[in-house]
Amino acid sequence: MIRYVLWRLVQGIITVWFIATVTFFVMHNLPGDPLLDEKAVSEEIRASLEVKLGLDKHIVHQYFIYMGNMLRGDFGISFQYQNRSVNDIIRIHFPVSAILGILAIVIAGFGGVLWGALTALYRNRWPDIVIILLVILGISVPSFVFATVGQLALVTINKIAGVQVLPVAGWGTIWHMLIPALVLGLGTMAFLVRLMRTSMLEIVSSDFVRTARAKGVPMAQIFSRHQLRNAVLPVITVLGPSIAGITTGGFVVENVFGIPGLGRYFVLAVQQNDYGVIMGTTVFYGAFLVLMVILVDILYAVIDPRVRLE
Amino acid sequence: MTDTYKAVKEPVSAGSAMQLAKYGLVSAAFFIALLMALGWLAEKSEAGTSSERAVDYETNTVALALSSEPPQLDSTQTTDMVSGMLLGHVMEGLLRYGPDNELIPGMAEAWEVGEMGGTFHIRSNAYWSNGTQVTAHDFVFAWRTAVNPTTASQYSFILFPIKNAQSINEGDLPLDELGVRAIDDLTLEVELERPTPYFLKLLAFPTYFPINEDFYLSINGRYGADAEDLIYNGPFAIARWVHDASVRLERNKYYWNQDVTQLDAIDFAYILSDANATLNLFATEKIALAGLNAENLDRAQKSKWFIREHVDGSVFFLELNHRPDRLTANYNLRKALHYVHDPAELVYKVLKVPGNLPGESIFPVWLKGVNGSFRDEYPAPKYTPNLQKAREHLALALEELGLDELPPLVFLAGDNPVSNKQSEYYQSLYKEKLGIDVRIDKQIFRQRLEKMTAGDFDIVAAGWGPDYDDVLTFGDLFASWNLNNRGRYENPELDRHVAIAQSSSDPIERMDAMDQVQKILHDDVAILVQYERGSLYVADDRVRGVTRRSVGTDPDYTRAYIVQDAQD
Repeated sequence: MIRYVLWRLVQGIITVWFIATVTFFVMHNLPGDPLLDEKAVSEEIRASLEVKLGLDKHIVHQYFIYMGNMLRGDFGISFQYQNRSVNDIIRIHFPVSAILGILAIVIAGFGGVLWGALTALYRNRWPDIVIILLVILGISVPSFVFATVGQLALVTINKIAGVQVLPVAGWGTIWHMLIPALVLGLGTMAFLVRLMRTSMLEIVSSDFVRTARAKGVPMAQIFSRHQLRNAVLPVITVLGPSIAGITTGGFVVENVFGIPGLGRYFVLAVQQNDYGVIMGTTVFYGAFLVLMVILVDILYAVIDPRVRLE
Repeated sequence: MTDTYKAVKEPVSAGSAMQLAKYGLVSAAFFIALLMALGWLAEKSEAGTSSERAVDYETNTVALALSSEPPQLDSTQTTDMVSGMLLGHVMEGLLRYGPDNELIPGMAEAWEVGEMGGTFHIRSNAYWSNGTQVTAHDFVFAWRTAVNPTTASQYSFILFPIKNAQSINEGDLPLDELGVRAIDDLTLEVELERPTPYFLKLLAFPTYFPINEDFYLSINGRYGADAEDLIYNGPFAIARWVHDASVRLERNKYYWNQDVTQLDAIDFAYILSDANATLNLFATEKIALAGLNAENLDRAQKSKWFIREHVDGSVFFLELNHRPDRLTANYNLRKALHYVHDPAELVYKVLKVPGNLPGESIFPVWLKGVNGSFRDEYPAPKYTPNLQKAREHLALALEELGLDELPPLVFLAGDNPVSNKQSEYYQSLYKEKLGIDVRIDKQIFRQRLEKMTAGDFDIVAAGWGPDYDDVLTFGDLFASWNLNNRGRYENPELDRHVAIAQSSSDPIERMDAMDQVQKILHDDVAILVQYERGSLYVADDRVRGVTRRSVGTDPDYTRAYIVQDAQD
């Protein structure tokens, strides 16, 4: 077990190194120039900016400097938010994204498993049809629509109530995050419902369920021990990447609800050719994703005794 | 197979219902515990927004939203509107703009200016928010920092009227050669490179704000990165700056002119770029002002809010590429494009945002001339679209270029709804009227800038906002030496007139020269002016005394006050 985890960690480190290297070189070949701004500047100013940001050196040289700093845990400075280190940006804004992300993934996970199981149990009857319709809606409607509609609904509710039921935007209390988390988790939830449904359908018609029924095992026990536990495995598998996806993919929701998360930086940095933040957030999220996948694999063994970690 | 299927048709027995209920209960308990834990974490996190009411009479506070996070608040380096607006509230230069956009004394209580320089007397009761006095040395230090090549300030050019500023900025002279000196603590002497009749107007610009050297050096290169990495000499001070979440300003009790400041605090409680979300906050009385755009204007009208209008000062135009290898270098082709150009149609039928004004000249209507408005004194050249003439010029152009048919023109544009609308409009306009194909090249911000700078376009949609309140802020844009002249328009005659306006001290001669520039740009079709941008907004009635400006701090709350009842 420990050997397995260590081995996975080594693999993970190699993966992160690979992500960092590819991002570094691709980023430097992005169209657009990080030093250009609305106001044109002279060659001299440009040259001293390059010196200041270390862009005057050969790209391979820059790469080794960057990797060296990264090993020491220093992600450098932001080009856009000068005077702010990328470490600071991640330290302040990642927790916000993480808190929102956890709530979103819990909503998505519980909802996905519950609705998915229901659709399978009621296959081709009305609960199934209604839920699948909603799922199609959830998958096909982009999140900015949900975000905008969700916020408008809040405005209307607050107006009708005459007092503030839930805040329209902002961050700081649990009340701020309910609707944003729901909106953020909706897409993943819809995806999980479909996954759960397929997997559950396979299980309910499998031999061991039939055997269990023949033995006279109570329905509830079949449901919890035999069906749910087996059917939930593929859901757990995708949960890892989903957590990373949700925590990084908060750009739209963060923008609409004015939530100071890292997702905004992650997206805007690419648009602004902010090399420091692009590297910092990509490597950080890369490492986060790798870690989640490893965690899920371990969790897998806990849920399914047939899986051995070797 | 079939019997299994039948078996699960009635899955919910009493037992399984119990089991499900148990699951539900456990899940609910888990969920509530999780919510409480996350709520606690969120309150602990460093990045909270504050949630004030839009207008709070008791605490004398106005709540507002910022459209973006200020990159930093170092006045020597700042370039964006949001930072400029904040700095205008918390800092003060030698002079500042008053409630009627006139220049009024700031840190300087008196001054004598001549053709080649001036002396400024700094008031003795001017203090920084840490209690130290504002002195002439603070200005010398700030201005030197701004022109220091290693600072790499984008706005160093605005100090170039000062003697040797440009040479220092280009690395040819040492810093102490800059034409500014502290005679004593309260007397600042400035030498100019050339006569600069608009010099006083520059002094209200952020790059000219003072910086306390001791403080600047004490925080190791982080000046302006956080609220505590700054000291303030303006009407307000930043009490709290939560990155990407909120900025709270409170009355600066060290500010010399306590009488004009009325509010106790201005709380920029949200940082939001989404216009709809901003309007939602306004609708729920969380903020006191919200901008409107083509998308949410309709909603504001339906809500029967009083919609206000403000000229934001910018002019938008199509910049044509004058590099010799480009088709648009041909005068007759430009002329053909000009004769189908119809700003009124663009403004009223395409953009459809009330407040925008069809463009007639690079000089917007609000600019001051000799005595009154520049555009009243020097009207824009008369012009009406004329399809007949456009086609004649196109035929001439084709002949000169030796072509039977014009290859597609590259129209470089930004990638946003407004840009898309207008580039598609021009595409169909040129195709329909002149049979010219247009290839739209949509690019996001930095990519577009790179292509503009490299000259990789025939036509590019561009705009310009004023830096200071003088015709020259627009007038020198197309001088051959101006780096922002990205179409590389070169015209010795125009250069000559710009030079006159830069250094002549005779207002009539200057304005005449600018009128010549206006005529040349029109006659030679250097650019095609599209529109002057107006902005629409809704604002809370209980906040009075807010100044909206085309140049400088906008919106300006330094003299704003709250009335308890909007009927007052």
